[in-house]
Order: sequence, then structure tokens, then C-alpha cells
Amino acid sequence: MNGDVGLPASLRNDNAALRGRIEDFLYLEADLLDDWKVEEWFALFAEGATYEVPPTGSDESDPATSLFYIADDYVRLRERVVRLTKKEAHSEFPRSQQRHMISNVRITGLTDGVADVSCNFVTYRAKRGVVDTYYGKHLYRIDVNAEPFRIKSKRSVLAMDMLYPGKLTIII
Amino acid sequence: MDTILTTPQMVVEDRGRHLFRVARRAFTDESVLEAERQAIFDRCWLYLGHSSEIANNCDFITRAVGGRELIFNRDRAGAVHAFLNTCPHRGAMVVREKKGNALSFRCFYHGWSFNVNGRFASRFDEGNYGKEHYGGGCADLAQVPRLESYRDFWFVNFDRNAMPLSDYLAGAKEYIDLVADQNEAGMEVVGSGQQYIINANWKLLAENSIDAFHGFPVHSTYFDYLKTLGALRMDSAGSEFSASGMHDLGNGHAVIEYASPWGRPIARWVPSMGEDKRPVIAALREGLIKRFGEQRGTRMSEFSRNMLIFPNLVINDIMAITIRTFMPAAPNKMTVSAWALGARDENHDLRKLRLFNFLEFLGPGGFATPDDQEALENCQRGYQNLREVGWNDISKGMPRQGPPMNDDEEQMRCFWRQWRDRLGAVS
Repeated sequence: MNGDVGLPASLRNDNAALRGRIEDFLYLEADLLDDWKVEEWFALFAEGATYEVPPTGSDESDPATSLFYIADDYVRLRERVVRLTKKEAHSEFPRSQQRHMISNVRITGLTDGVADVSCNFVTYRAKRGVVDTYYGKHLYRIDVNAEPFRIKSKRSVLAMDMLYPGKLTIII
Repeated sequence: MDTILTTPQMVVEDRGRHLFRVARRAFTDESVLEAERQAIFDRCWLYLGHSSEIANNCDFITRAVGGRELIFNRDRAGAVHAFLNTCPHRGAMVVREKKGNALSFRCFYHGWSFNVNGRFASRFDEGNYGKEHYGGGCADLAQVPRLESYRDFWFVNFDRNAMPLSDYLAGAKEYIDLVADQNEAGMEVVGSGQQYIINANWKLLAENSIDAFHGFPVHSTYFDYLKTLGALRMDSAGSEFSASGMHDLGNGHAVIEYASPWGRPIARWVPSMGEDKRPVIAALREGLIKRFGEQRGTRMSEFSRNMLIFPNLVINDIMAITIRTFMPAAPNKMTVSAWALGARDENHDLRKLRLFNFLEFLGPGGFATPDDQEALENCQRGYQNLREVGWNDISKGMPRQGPPMNDDEEQMRCFWRQWRDRLGAVS
């Protein structure tokens, strides 16, 4: 990783320090989701951000040419969060319980204060005696110049060959 | 109370009292599923795939249909085949990839190989195999007994003596036309689609896919979303065409057709699509009217249609077009495959809009389908009470004078009558 002129010198020259701050940020994100604080979670996103889940078992990567599971622009992401706060979002009423685990955090690029970050994830969702497991890799673009950091895009690539849990109602 | 019910007795229709009831055991019993395998999945025409999924010579896909593992492919000459994906030698699945393009298929277990037209293609030294292996066909890949298509939709039938597909589809052909005619260059499946599990009996999704009654109670958050975005348009430019209703298409197939509030990429503009799309969508609509006349062109543009082709194919032409098929894995579990269908050679922006529209409602991450899944899974769990509460009520609209409404339950009754008759014919 090359340094980035937009960053404070302490982070620009210290990959481990930047990764540490990004990990803290991702742990915060996971914690908000675990606790169903979805509106606070949405506030982590920069205006114009996107949120996507591509199809399983394929290398298709463009929501304009392939059918994804989720391809939200900023407005639809906001509406997804609004929906999740309603009890008429029947698939999450009563609410499921969740735990978001992340690991293998890596900064794969840094340009103009925006870090490309990848990490592995396992998300558990429990409801009515059934435990769903989602796993794969998150790919983020994070504005690390902003204070606090802001997510410019999040893509959750499932490492599953089909969607065994059936639903994708929670934010994984 | 119903432990001695035969499967035909699980559907009770009393026209005099306007009562139609289905025994909940039909959704829970392993013996019912076994009867369905024999009477329905071994005998009905089942959807295999769309021509566009094997567009080029030597393209193949593998797919589970009717409890079988199949290869759906195009040979070197472009002819379409459906093979049972099992080596005639010792049974291994010959093709293990989901899709690809190949000049031949080779079983990895002992190396038997086959041309993509299914013919045995290995050459062993003399003394290994006799003439029958090379000329007699006993070493060829087995074809599915029947393979036929209508407007690029390919179906298989495991009953050699089944009626022709065209007769089987009956009135559904007219509604397939309404989809297939949307683009002069034809339609295509977009990408690899969605594959997921629902922990409910397969017939619950058959019912749900053509059920308008549940729309507002289940999907209020979706309609809220449309309202917020300005994507809800209640006026109907084709209001002189009062198509809202339901049609029995024969052989258990049924469709509901109705004026809907959402935008349709073909060709109903709503404000959320943006002013820049308005003339583009209007041009699409004019094109349809020019090709098919005012009435049919408006109908194609303006109205939504949910169709079930018995037993397990759904073609819903709603805020986008979805093809959906589902197979029972157990009485309380099904696997679902869903695809988006779009115009072949569609303009990039319109394709993007179509897929964006699809995901606002449809699929496991949409704003509506997951709540359907929740409803189905709740029904399945509710059936644990069946010894005390043993029957579903599917009577809505029975006393109605005149044609059924799209939010009646007559379309489900069409399904259940066919289900009853098919199971009765073999029991």
C-alpha cells in the first residue's frame, strides 16, 4: 500500500495503525447491527453510498447486467432501513437475533482518502429455533478522511453456492 | 379425524354452500409427497429452462428438475437436448459444472466420454467392449423421454405418453405470448438468477405466487416504499380496458391480470424512473401499440399478470418479469430457482432499470418476497396443529355473481382441482 497525501501523517505512513482504526470502525458497525440499531448503522454510510449482495456461486459483479440479491442505491438503502424498523416487515417480526463476526481485515488500496477494505464475515441469525448462517467476504470502500469514517460502498459476496437460509432480510 | 383420507378426499368442494377446503395433511405428509412424485412430477410437463440460457452451440447447463439431475444443452449443430445426468456405465453424474461450453462430456469416474449429442464417444482397445457399445446406443447418455418448447420456454416430461406440450399449456400459451412478444428480437434470462430454500411445502408457493388477496396485508412496507419514492401511480392509462380479473387457463393453470400501481420497464413509467426515462418508456409503449394494436399494446404495457402453470412454474409479469420454479425436497421444504427475463439486446440503462425494479419487490433480499416466505413458513408451522384444526379454507369469491376477481381464490381452486384429479387418477 502506498501512502496517501490526504491522510494525517500518522496514518499515511502506518498501515497497521490505519487498519486498526478501520477494524474499530467495522467492529462498531457489527455491534450496531447486532443490537438492531439500524438507523445508526445507516448513518455510517456516506451520501450516495451503495449496498450490494451479488448472486451466489458466480463471478457476476455488475448489478446493471446481472440479477443480484440486493443492489441498493442510497435511497433504497435508507428505505430498507426504514422498512426494518416497522413491525409490518413480517419476516423480521418478532425480530431475529444476530451476531456479526468479521476477521481477515485487509486494506487492499488507498486512493484520495478512500480505503478499499476486504474482510471475511460470518453472520448468524436466529429465529424460532432456526439458526441461519451467512458467510463470505465484505468489500468496502471507506472514506477514511471523514471523521468519523464513512462507508462509500459495501458489497457482501456470499461464499455459498446457494442461499440456504432462504431470506436476506437482515443486513449481513 | 382424517387419518384415513385418500389424497382426492383432501380437497372438498361444496358449491351449494360456497365452501372449498383443503386438508392440511396435503402439506405435511410424506406419503402425499410420494403420491405427488408419481402422479404429478413423473407425468406433468415441467419447466427446464429458457433457450437464451444455452444461446450458443455446445452451451450446457445442469439443473435438477422433477427430482432428476439433468443436462440441458445445445449440440454442435445447435439442436437442443435434455439428458439424464448419469453415466450409463456406473451412474456417476457426467457433468458437474453448473454451466459451460464443451465439445464433449467426459465422466471423471472411468473416463467414458460422450459427444454433446449424447452419443458414446470413447474408443477402447479391442476386447474391452463389443459392438453394442459403439452402435447400439446402450452406452449413450439417456435422453429425457419428452422435451418440447413453446416460445423459447423448454419443458421436459418423464411420461413418454404425455399429451403434447402445446395441448398441456392450453390457455397459458396466450399469456406466454404476452411476455415473449414484448421484444421483437426475443427475450432472455439475465445472469444466473437466484437459488434459495423455503422451509414450507411447495404447494404453498404455487398458491402464493398467484394470490392477490394477501397483497396489502403482507406487503404494506413495499407500498409504503413506492409511496415515499413517488413510484406509486394509481391512475391507469388503460382504464378503458377492464382486464382486472382471473382466468382459468385449463389443466390447472391460472392467471390473474390487474391494473397495478408500480412502474413496469415494459412500458409503464412512474416518476421514480426519472424524467429522462419518460420518453424512452413512452417509445417502447408506442412500439407495442404499433405492433399489436391499441388494446393489446396497452394491455401489455399497463397491466400486471401472475400466472401459474401447473404444477410448479410461475411466470409473473409484474414490476419486472420473473420466471420461478420450485421443487419439493421434503413435505416441509422446497428449493426455489428464480430468474429475471428481459428483452434480448436491451439498452444498458433499461436493463439496469429492469433489474433495479425487480429487486424492489422480488427475491430473498427484496422488499416483499421475504415476507411471503415468512407467511409460507408460518403456515407450515401452523399445520402442526392439524389434528385439531385440519382444513384450509379457499372459498373466497365462490358466491360472487359474474366473473371472479383477481383477489378471489378461484385461481387456487383451479390448482387444487387439478391436483385432486391427478392424484385421484393414480390412487
